[in-house]
Amino acid sequence: MQIKELTEVYDVIIVGSGAGGGMATKQLADAGLNVAVVEAGPFFDPKNPEQMTQFKWPYESPRRGAPKTRDFGEWDMAYGGWEIEGEPYTHTEGTKFDWFRSHMLGGRTNHWGRISLRFGPKDFKHKDVDGFGDNWPISYEDVKPYYDKVDKLIGVFGSKEGRPNDPDGFFLPPPKPRLHELFYINGAKKSGIPVIPGRLSMLTKKINNDRGVCFYCGQCSRSCSVYADFSSGSCLIFPAQKNGGRVKIFVNSVVREVTTNEEGKATGVSYISKDDRKEYKLKAKVVVLAASACSSARILLNSKSKQHPNGLGNSSNHVGKYLHDSTGSSRTGFIPGLMNRKTSYNEDGVGGMHVYSPWWGDNSKLDFPRGYHIEVWGGMGMPNYGFGYDPNEFNKFFGLKVGGYGDSLRNDVKKYYGSVVGFGGRGEAIARKENYCEIDPTTVDKFGIPVLKFNYKWSDFEIKQAKHMQDTFEELIHNMGGEPIGKKPGAEKNYGLLNPGEVIHEVGTTRMGNDPKTSVTNKYQQLHDVDNVFIVDAGPFVSQADKNCTWTILALSWRASDYIIEQLKQHNI
Amino acid sequence: MDRRKSLKAIILGAGAASTGLVFNGCNTEGEPTVETNISEGAEKFFGRTPEELALIEKLNAEKLFNAHEMETITILSTIILPPKEPHGGPVEAEVPEFIEFIAKDYPEMQDTLIGGLMWLDHKCNTMFQVEFKTATLEQQKQILDTIAFHDPEIPLNEQPLEIQFFHMMRGLTVTGYYTSKVGIADLGYKGNMPNVWDGVPEDVLEQHGVAYDPEWIAKCVDQSKRGIIAEWDDEGNLLT
Repeated sequence: MQIKELTEVYDVIIVGSGAGGGMATKQLADAGLNVAVVEAGPFFDPKNPEQMTQFKWPYESPRRGAPKTRDFGEWDMAYGGWEIEGEPYTHTEGTKFDWFRSHMLGGRTNHWGRISLRFGPKDFKHKDVDGFGDNWPISYEDVKPYYDKVDKLIGVFGSKEGRPNDPDGFFLPPPKPRLHELFYINGAKKSGIPVIPGRLSMLTKKINNDRGVCFYCGQCSRSCSVYADFSSGSCLIFPAQKNGGRVKIFVNSVVREVTTNEEGKATGVSYISKDDRKEYKLKAKVVVLAASACSSARILLNSKSKQHPNGLGNSSNHVGKYLHDSTGSSRTGFIPGLMNRKTSYNEDGVGGMHVYSPWWGDNSKLDFPRGYHIEVWGGMGMPNYGFGYDPNEFNKFFGLKVGGYGDSLRNDVKKYYGSVVGFGGRGEAIARKENYCEIDPTTVDKFGIPVLKFNYKWSDFEIKQAKHMQDTFEELIHNMGGEPIGKKPGAEKNYGLLNPGEVIHEVGTTRMGNDPKTSVTNKYQQLHDVDNVFIVDAGPFVSQADKNCTWTILALSWRASDYIIEQLKQHNI
Repeated sequence: MDRRKSLKAIILGAGAASTGLVFNGCNTEGEPTVETNISEGAEKFFGRTPEELALIEKLNAEKLFNAHEMETITILSTIILPPKEPHGGPVEAEVPEFIEFIAKDYPEMQDTLIGGLMWLDHKCNTMFQVEFKTATLEQQKQILDTIAFHDPEIPLNEQPLEIQFFHMMRGLTVTGYYTSKVGIADLGYKGNMPNVWDGVPEDVLEQHGVAYDPEWIAKCVDQSKRGIIAEWDDEGNLLT
């Protein structure tokens, strides 16, 4: 069978439609370029009633929200998950990596936590501070103008705090704390841990005439039907189209490789259509990869040719290396002071934390080099599958019998409703060359494309950091007058440290740098080896910081897009 | 009142009146309003992909429990959570149907549930020469009292099957009830609808002995200006 070549030559092909791909689409289409977006999953619009889960009640489904088909519960708006049928990945024995993929227009931006933190000046040059990892070839000052523009285009609430490594931005005003968050603020104060308003990309105030304002249903993970939270489709790709941009979206199209010509320059991509399982070729002057750090690395490694025998952009042998995810460890606590709550009001709030703690520690006095921030959850949320499963387990804290049956269970459920708080530490791991993904030549997915094999191990630094998290959480729970729930995870469980990948902040696989021997892209996210291929997902990150990666993906994708526009104008590519 | 009308009332009615605000969705000209989308979406679909819908249809077509087992589940669930006015009980909450669906959805639950039901009948026959469902409430409770209080210090999977069974039945009954329309009403949960969050009510702060810090509140959103487009000065200070 001959591969079907589509005749139109686009200015740019963008592979993937999440944060990085969406931003590139918006900037490049706004600049008048003819753009093709190639997305592996189906079309998705948060306001499409057929796809929408916002405002669904648990009883609208026979499984009441259970996570059978979606890992974060039935209403979560990510098609895909940790395992996707027919699309496996493998591991080097004795190593772990969990890979969350979401194949749909907008990708994982449809369900993410919207925690939108800028990296700080120290985060770009952390090697200068502690000698670990590498510095970025760019500094905060290079990215700041783009963070500013992202804030204004997309919207993020927060407050000006003047903290040196948690830069302020152009914030919308934050929502007032909920009850459990007031308890947290008081508890943290006792330990000298700072608490500031959350920084999340939800519109607490109008930002333009195309997007709605948050109506506080707490369901951002379901993707907002009035576009009051940031999702790539609703906030970048649709506006680019509405703006008159030439944006052609190819959905259900799984990119196999970047195609190249005799000179080794990219000519476009080949993809498999999920609809007929046939291979197609699309042509463009420039290829922008935004398929997610690991997927883009996979495409590059699978793009072997006479000119690029080691895979595209891989003359340095660095594609796939330096893979790193945020660290994560969690604990929940029962807070008697939050018992017997009045249910007289709606406290759904925004779909995430109204307050959080940025990293406060001094690593020079600790046994691990990098920090973490604390995310807080709790409150009187909507019941879903699992609610009240152990209706009176906290009786044990009062020396009362656990279990039983009868009318008393109703009272138990109400007595304890809203009395649990949870903490998640999200921290920085050191990027290491020894942690990587590569092609597993023995295994293909159902489209015949060789899959990724992961090789990732935590070091003592991350484990010690997780221990610090657990000690801190226990202290915070006690400060709040509470009791930690369950056994404290100890050394045998790496202090609850999640598997690599589980925090879904994987970055670093195509890191940027000035030296083509030790990096994959230059500081404009252009492959050292091929000047018309760019990467705008989190692959080019040199390090992850104790922040979340999305706001930096957006800022850097915008910056790279400006560079692409400039280079095209000057006929350099 | 149908859902569409009730949403309208919430959006434009009492809630808005009391805060002096009017909710504005994404009312781009000519397109259906947000309220219409929300209400119609809720009536026709629940956001399933075609594959997910097919799985639900497949499971619905299967039968797991026989009529006797379903009757026993129904009786047992109403002993666990007796119906109470005005919000009914497990039957009104369709708990037995929910338990059957979940056990088909998670087959690893099936042996515990079916085995547990058989244990109940065996025990009841041995003690009282009747099946559990036809025993008197007194007899039923006599049996349940031996399995309803587990030692929370011992992991469940190390406890006898009948204890695991009761724990699972109680868990599914309570979760099934409180995820139903009547159960959510009984709980009193007030969310899952558009509103404007403006902080914890004063009486609740008082009850729990906490207060807002005025300095913190000064940073927070002024909900009377939420509809005004944000503008900043060059330093990032919000002007509007």
